[in-house]
Amino acid sequence: MPGTYIPTDYFPVLVILLIASAIGLGALVAGILVRPRRPYAQKLTPYESGNPPIGEPRSQFSVKFYIIAMLFVVFDVEAVFMYPWAVAYDKLGIFGFVEMMLFMFILLIGYIYVWKKGAFNWE
Amino acid sequence: MTLQQIYFGYFATMMTIISLLVVSRKNPVHSVLWMLVLFVHMAGLYLFLNAEFLAAVQIIVYAGAIMVLFLFVIMLLNLRKEEKEFRLQKQWPVSAVTAVLFLVVLVSILGKITVLPELGEYSIDMINAQGSLMTIGNVLYTKYLLPFEIASVLLLVAIVGAVVLAKKRIE
Repeated sequence: MPGTYIPTDYFPVLVILLIASAIGLGALVAGILVRPRRPYAQKLTPYESGNPPIGEPRSQFSVKFYIIAMLFVVFDVEAVFMYPWAVAYDKLGIFGFVEMMLFMFILLIGYIYVWKKGAFNWE
Repeated sequence: MTLQQIYFGYFATMMTIISLLVVSRKNPVHSVLWMLVLFVHMAGLYLFLNAEFLAAVQIIVYAGAIMVLFLFVIMLLNLRKEEKEFRLQKQWPVSAVTAVLFLVVLVSILGKITVLPELGEYSIDMINAQGSLMTIGNVLYTKYLLPFEIASVLLLVAIVGAVVLAKKRIE
């Protein structure tokens, strides 16, 4: 029945998550408990290699980052589709191979388009 | 309380709380970080539904790639003014009515959902015996061949769309 399954195989993952969070939070809490608190103006200014800070810390990012992130998402999803294909490859045989080649060919068109448009160029 | 109820109860409650935190934070970057926690909890719920691969994809694609995209969009918009403005948008009465109506629907079907006794061939035991990935591979690349190929066209549209929209802004 759906909803009656407990993923017991993933118990080690839960343990790792708990240990990792404990180390992260523990370091912060230990820091609060141990360190002396004597703040003054110079200590509280953001560190910019010894220079006085100029302007806002958050500035507008270039749209180029967005293209890179978007392309990363697309090719990430392409890679995700390959996992079950690779595992079930023996059963699918040549038919599965042709199928995946078609899938990759369609995305290759997109890749060539991006390349020719010069979206990979940073300048 | 059974272990199942505790498991589901934890994830359902946490997801509700985290969702409220996502929409109520003043700093959009904080919202995105809470959303990251939300995605991890969603992966936990997928595990509960015996969908291991989906849980892994949820972490890799949503918590990994889409979160980066969200952060870049927020950096791109460079929100400063919006943060201090009134939180509710103009359309809030419409949203409120829709939300209340949806709540009425949800409450009215509460307890009326029954799981059919016959569950088809893909039972938990069968998937566990064969392996989650193997089962998905066998079904996705034979029975659902067309949706799979259409997915590639959809991804192509996303590539072209991103380049067309962003290139115009660079030039």
